[in-house]
Amino acid sequence: MEFQSLIDHPSDWMQGSGPHSEVVMTSRIRLARNLRGFPFPGYSQEAQRLELMRLARPVVESLGAMQGDRFSEDYATLSKIRKQVLVERHLISREHAARAAGCAVVVDARQNLAIMINEEDHFRIQGIRAGLDLRSAWKVVDTADSELEARLPYAFDAQLGYLTACPTNVGTGLRASVMLHLPALVLSEQINLVIKAVGKIGLAVRGLYGEGTEALGNLFQISNQHTLGESESDIISSIEKVIERLVSSEINARHKLMEENATMLQDQVGRAYAILRFAHVLQSKEALTLLSMLRLGADLDLVPQCDRSVLDNLLLEIQPAHLQWRAGSELSPLERDIRRAEITRSMLKNLQGPATLPNPPSSPPQGTSPHE
Amino acid sequence: MKCDFCKNNASVFLTQIIHGQMTTANLCDACSKQKGVTDEAGFGLAEAFLGSAAAPSAALAELVCPACGFTASQLKKIGRMGCPECYSTFREGLDELLRAMHKGLQHEGKRPQVWAQSQPPVPVAAPPVRKARRTAVPKAAAPKAEAAPTLEQLRRELEEAVREERFEEAARLKKLIDGFSAAETP
Repeated sequence: MEFQSLIDHPSDWMQGSGPHSEVVMTSRIRLARNLRGFPFPGYSQEAQRLELMRLARPVVESLGAMQGDRFSEDYATLSKIRKQVLVERHLISREHAARAAGCAVVVDARQNLAIMINEEDHFRIQGIRAGLDLRSAWKVVDTADSELEARLPYAFDAQLGYLTACPTNVGTGLRASVMLHLPALVLSEQINLVIKAVGKIGLAVRGLYGEGTEALGNLFQISNQHTLGESESDIISSIEKVIERLVSSEINARHKLMEENATMLQDQVGRAYAILRFAHVLQSKEALTLLSMLRLGADLDLVPQCDRSVLDNLLLEIQPAHLQWRAGSELSPLERDIRRAEITRSMLKNLQGPATLPNPPSSPPQGTSPHE
Repeated sequence: MKCDFCKNNASVFLTQIIHGQMTTANLCDACSKQKGVTDEAGFGLAEAFLGSAAAPSAALAELVCPACGFTASQLKKIGRMGCPECYSTFREGLDELLRAMHKGLQHEGKRPQVWAQSQPPVPVAAPPVRKARRTAVPKAAAPKAEAAPTLEQLRRELEEAVREERFEEAARLKKLIDGFSAAETP
């Protein structure tokens, strides 16, 4: 598959569907695997990495899931912008994108499975699904892993399990991450409590796009930290339980907002709609925040007939590398902001404005007295 | 929430259990990068090695991995191993570290089929510190129908490749077979 068609075909997991898709964006599982007899990539010579890739890449490409129109690229021939686009699509990691010779990525036609060669470990096998669906993400990587292990000598220890470059990954080598959209927990200021509680039970919470978690799209990523002493299934079950609790907290918080703060909510959604539809300069942070509000409006039926997959696609298309890839050149920050607004206007041009709630809130907000 | 290290808004919230003590840290993007937290792995390890785990590190100081030449001081600095054999080389003191990071010290869950069918091997290079540990093998993952060990297949493919003078392919197969043989000979 050519890079262009990889980018033009939205993957399965970008369709705004899947279990609990009103709160859960994606579920990802990654496995860290290494071969015996080769130093880990971080401590190897370039020649050793090239040798490993020469051995392993044909095997990865021959996997059942990689048949058909797969995408397979050597980093020696992949430009910086293209790598960054793959990062923005969560197909490769930031760390991997920073590397060059001796690295490659192979992605299946449906973009559900991505295998990085010579990341921190020799292999990082990643499965992605829409919504809360860790089980089928696990199935995808488990199958690929079993096929690989039959043809390549894995580094494995009876006591320590799969041996990995970093001891934090040893054992199952499994990291399950779920990406959540939690606008109501942020608006109702419960998010910090939630993050603390989740942290206490051994899970990591990260804001999605770095700085200022609250401000950036209200997106959170939750993942397990332990990999040794627990089976894959147990790791997945315990994270699933936590996510389900978070989903219901978020939904309760949304209902509460609708009941108690309907005017404020409609105002936020309306402003988001107006700015996104008509702005000509949009900064990344602002766009992400407004898109979050628009999505919340869509989830609560305040914005009629809003196709969530359009919002998901937009979320990707307005990111820096995507903008520059589409433009065919590097762009200054201002040029990016202008193009971001342009793409947003065009992708949302058929979206109807938010409706006013059928039953006006019983108590008018402060400051608007009925006598006026 | 503010970053523990500067005035910016925190975006990385880290909770760790180190030696049974829970610690939390809130960091902004810049600080988290600087401290290697977003690196997913490095942080806890560095802490554990540089912090309270200083005692065992003295004992590790002289060790060099016979397989790859990685040294104990490199391990301490980077917090990562040099090669799979390093786990044997630097076995001493590792349990304490692993206990702080994980739920247990015995791998549960999936294991390679090839492995499940053969004896756990002794590491290729004799480990300087480790007493060979033979923990009971817990229930292996349900065997699959198409379990045929591919070593035979590989050998056949190799013969074929040599016959047809596809030497690059032959070299690749040879390397794989060697890897398997190492995994299978006790």
